[in-house]
Amino acid sequence: MAGGGGAQGTEFTLDVPRRAPIVERITSARRRARVLFRIQFAAVWLILITLIVVGLYAGGRIEPDWLGRNAPFILGGIGITILVSIASIVLATFMALIGALGRLSTNAIVYAVSSFYVSLVRGTPLLVQIYIVFFALPQLGIVLDPIPSGIVALGFNYGAYMTEIFRAGIQAVPHGQVEAAHAVGMPDRLIFRRIVLPQAVRIVIPAVGNEFIAMIKDSSLVSVITVQELLWRARNVGTRDARSIQAFLVAALVYWILTIIFSIFQERLERRLARSDR
Amino acid sequence: MTAAHPLPDPAQQPPTGRLAPLGSGYPEGSVLPARLGELIVRAEGLHKWFGDNHVLRGVDLEVRQREAVMCIGRSGSGKTTLLRCINFLEEPTAGTVEIDGLRVAADPLHERSRHHQEQIRQMRMRAGMVFQDFNLWPHMTAIGNCIEAPIRVRGLSTRDAVEVAERYLGKVGLLDKRDEYPSRLSGGQKQRVAIARALCMEPKLLLFDEPTSALDPELIGEVLNVMEELAHEGATMIVVTHEMHFAREAADRVVFLEEGRIIEQGPPEQVLNDPQDERTRQFLRRFLAHAG
Repeated sequence: MAGGGGAQGTEFTLDVPRRAPIVERITSARRRARVLFRIQFAAVWLILITLIVVGLYAGGRIEPDWLGRNAPFILGGIGITILVSIASIVLATFMALIGALGRLSTNAIVYAVSSFYVSLVRGTPLLVQIYIVFFALPQLGIVLDPIPSGIVALGFNYGAYMTEIFRAGIQAVPHGQVEAAHAVGMPDRLIFRRIVLPQAVRIVIPAVGNEFIAMIKDSSLVSVITVQELLWRARNVGTRDARSIQAFLVAALVYWILTIIFSIFQERLERRLARSDR
Repeated sequence: MTAAHPLPDPAQQPPTGRLAPLGSGYPEGSVLPARLGELIVRAEGLHKWFGDNHVLRGVDLEVRQREAVMCIGRSGSGKTTLLRCINFLEEPTAGTVEIDGLRVAADPLHERSRHHQEQIRQMRMRAGMVFQDFNLWPHMTAIGNCIEAPIRVRGLSTRDAVEVAERYLGKVGLLDKRDEYPSRLSGGQKQRVAIARALCMEPKLLLFDEPTSALDPELIGEVLNVMEELAHEGATMIVVTHEMHFAREAADRVVFLEEGRIIEQGPPEQVLNDPQDERTRQFLRRFLAHAG
């Protein structure tokens, strides 16, 4: 009936195809809104940055020649900043894995030791820990160079915080996953390695990414033990020439850019993991 | 090869007309189904307390080779606990379980002892389990789920494990989904992969814990079909289920539990059509009224 009269009575045919134009309009309206949002976002950022730069420049606080001469020296610290951050996060991850296993252990001694570690490290300032490793340990006969000292202090410190992240991640793996592995006769160690850990890693990746971003910034603290990273270099030339604003601005900008780059990388990683198993 | 569910071999069939021995779960003097083989599971005096809650109150259950036993009863009657005590996913508070000659006694005071855990592990390798909510490992593909334990627990080579896994994935009708992650499968497909995963260990016994309770109604049939096929091919299984129609079709024996005890058991026609105990009658009446 409806089909037969289709040629003339198009107004009365089923409305499935006729819905398309409105759906199309909604889609394109949403797309336009999204694009507009992005343009506004970029514009606001551009304006804010311009305001700061122009303001400082007008106030005579930015001198291109001084920057031209000294920026390369400051930027030369990027490599050490990244090296310290990566080495520290690797050590922290290792400490956290052991710490988390300890915090989940039913063995009282193991549990006590790992809880002690977490409590002690989280209860004292990172700066104090850095001083202890560099200035106090030598009195006990343990002498480390500045960079290894910084890595040890940062790694132990972040390891304690990440212990709790890993513990929560391991506990977040549903118990049914372990039961299914038990039911096929898998022994506990194998279950941890093959079933629990891979799922826990996926769960903790966002949180560990945040720790790494924080680590990039906290790595500046090792400048106090003469590690010649970004901040140490900025302070060095800035105070020498009484150009602190410019010097620290350069350092701050670099930390900012590093964290943005890593955030983008982290977002991509999360999206890829989400695609593979959800 | 087909150790999981050997097809009834006519030469090994016990003579028909054998009388049911005491404790077999069949009414005294009745005739055992001819296809049943030797006794393979014997649970004796199982008790389970959860705190002050006495969930299992002395359950004895024997299962013969190629027998499909279906446990029914209202929720809280202890059927799931019974199943989980049989492979020690719950440590019974008292009692013993013997599967295919390996006997393990409940030892709740030394639950974590290495010897006890190893015995339990050996026993679990003889009893595959299928869970209500599948519990597939989400970071592995369908075939990854199926070959994990055969390779790492049974020590099969990857090639052999894949061959076995493909056979059982084919059996549950999902060979074309072998490389899909569980997240891409429907509930019914997930449960069928879970069944294949259990079969890949080639166990002597299959335990099903309400395998269709988490499924959308239209997906229940595909899982029940696979289970029914397994039962007809002679897999030994204990199934906790609410699917009375399925129990009637596929069970050799129906066991009715109430308040942690087996109240009544026997062939499905008898227990489901002509229950002797008032409590069974009441349960079935209520159940059928609800099921419409």
